[in-house]
Amino acid sequence: MERIILHSDINSFYANVECLYHPEIRDFPVAVGGNPEKRHGIILAKNQKAKVAGVKTGEALWQAREKCPGLLVMPPNYQLYLRFSRLARKIYNRYSDQVEPFGLDEAWLDVTASSRIHGSGRTIAEKISQAIQEELGITVSIGVSWNKIFAKFGSDYRKPDAITVITRDNFKKIVWSQEIGDLLYVGSATKKKLMKYGIYTIGQLAQTSPDFLVLQFGKMGMVLWRFANGLDDSPVKAFDEHYNGNERILKSIGNSITTPRDLKDLKDVKLILYMLTESVAMRLRETGCYCLTVAIHVRNKELHSFTRQTKLAKPSDLTREIAEAAIALFEKNYDFSSDIRSLGVRVTDLVPDSTPIQLDVFGNEALRMRQAQLDDTVDDLRKRFGNLVLRRAVTIGDSMSGLDPKKDHVIHPIGYF
Amino acid sequence: MAIKKFVQVIAKFEEDGRIIPLQVLWEDGRVFSIDRVLDMRPGVSLKVGGQGIRYTCRIQNKEVCLYYEEPKWFVESKER
Repeated sequence: MERIILHSDINSFYANVECLYHPEIRDFPVAVGGNPEKRHGIILAKNQKAKVAGVKTGEALWQAREKCPGLLVMPPNYQLYLRFSRLARKIYNRYSDQVEPFGLDEAWLDVTASSRIHGSGRTIAEKISQAIQEELGITVSIGVSWNKIFAKFGSDYRKPDAITVITRDNFKKIVWSQEIGDLLYVGSATKKKLMKYGIYTIGQLAQTSPDFLVLQFGKMGMVLWRFANGLDDSPVKAFDEHYNGNERILKSIGNSITTPRDLKDLKDVKLILYMLTESVAMRLRETGCYCLTVAIHVRNKELHSFTRQTKLAKPSDLTREIAEAAIALFEKNYDFSSDIRSLGVRVTDLVPDSTPIQLDVFGNEALRMRQAQLDDTVDDLRKRFGNLVLRRAVTIGDSMSGLDPKKDHVIHPIGYF
Repeated sequence: MAIKKFVQVIAKFEEDGRIIPLQVLWEDGRVFSIDRVLDMRPGVSLKVGGQGIRYTCRIQNKEVCLYYEEPKWFVESKER
């Protein structure tokens, strides 16, 4: 039986929730933006009026104000958005238990099995759209297709408040005529490369020989070719409500921050790296994993960024080992040619913490065990009294020391794979 | 323009988890008994901006929408 996959995308999510809660601003161009004083001053979402004026997500607030002088910028209220996201998911769950969120505002639903009860894909999409509008006061765009990629394409195809059904009969007309950048996982770099080979539309990509694509793009070439031909058969992953994440199988844990001021020297960087690692390592321990790889992300004030990663000698969940690896990685790869704006720490290659560890003759395992006990104690104290109750000495006496990446952590869209 | 007015509510908690409002206590001391709950469902108030469980109630022969926006209750009120 052919699958019926829906992709539902809440239109201008943050902005429309703000408009719902502030009737007085509804008729004006509205954007939700970060706090410029904390240097998070970019547009996170905008409503239809602001969109028409040319405001783009991700641009600086001052740029947006130049295009759209009357723009009202609201501060974000994540708790409220999380609540709406949860309520929307509850509505999806009326039609399927297979709901895979993709960030806060998007989700895939596999409604194949419920089509006998609730009707065709389009009927279910209409019901969902109506329920969300009535119960939550916001609108969604829904794409209906037989695979996740085209469903997502459909939800982007017409918005706001629209339903697009992509079938085997019409996909060549609808999908193939669109430009290549509209396909999931074709970003600016891939797009440029594809255009070099004269591939401008999704149809052209679909008709290119997969061998050629694999030669140029490696295994991603095959993936993209399958995407373009509607051959994607990845399942909609069921979501466990009690698990605090978008994905059941964790691949990595990371935190990053745009600091309130530029970082000028190693002392600043160490402070931030320690702070981020504290949060990352604590989350790592909570999930009951060791990591094998530590990665850092650095962005300077010219907005150039890079990532570097390194393997650890032994699987570890020790704050100190991870932090030291991150700092060593940083020292090896950055020379302060420009001040730093944003830093991130991420751990990957996760293994269960029951994995046996190969000991060596010269390592001091007793010390590592004491470290682990110390970390556990710290975790326990923080759980009981808050994340800032115990801090590293390096973080004391700095205006940035009050940042709490663990508490402020929000789940963002994860990768498709 | 209508405003979002948070009110005190006396409610009954059913065994199945439903919450049924019984009385609305106005700030000036008046008590409005809810004669009947005509409808309850998740809903939004576009007039004053809010989202929660919307109880359409009959109070003194008038239909009033009472919202339970966890953890608070509100009505769409005309007065300041």
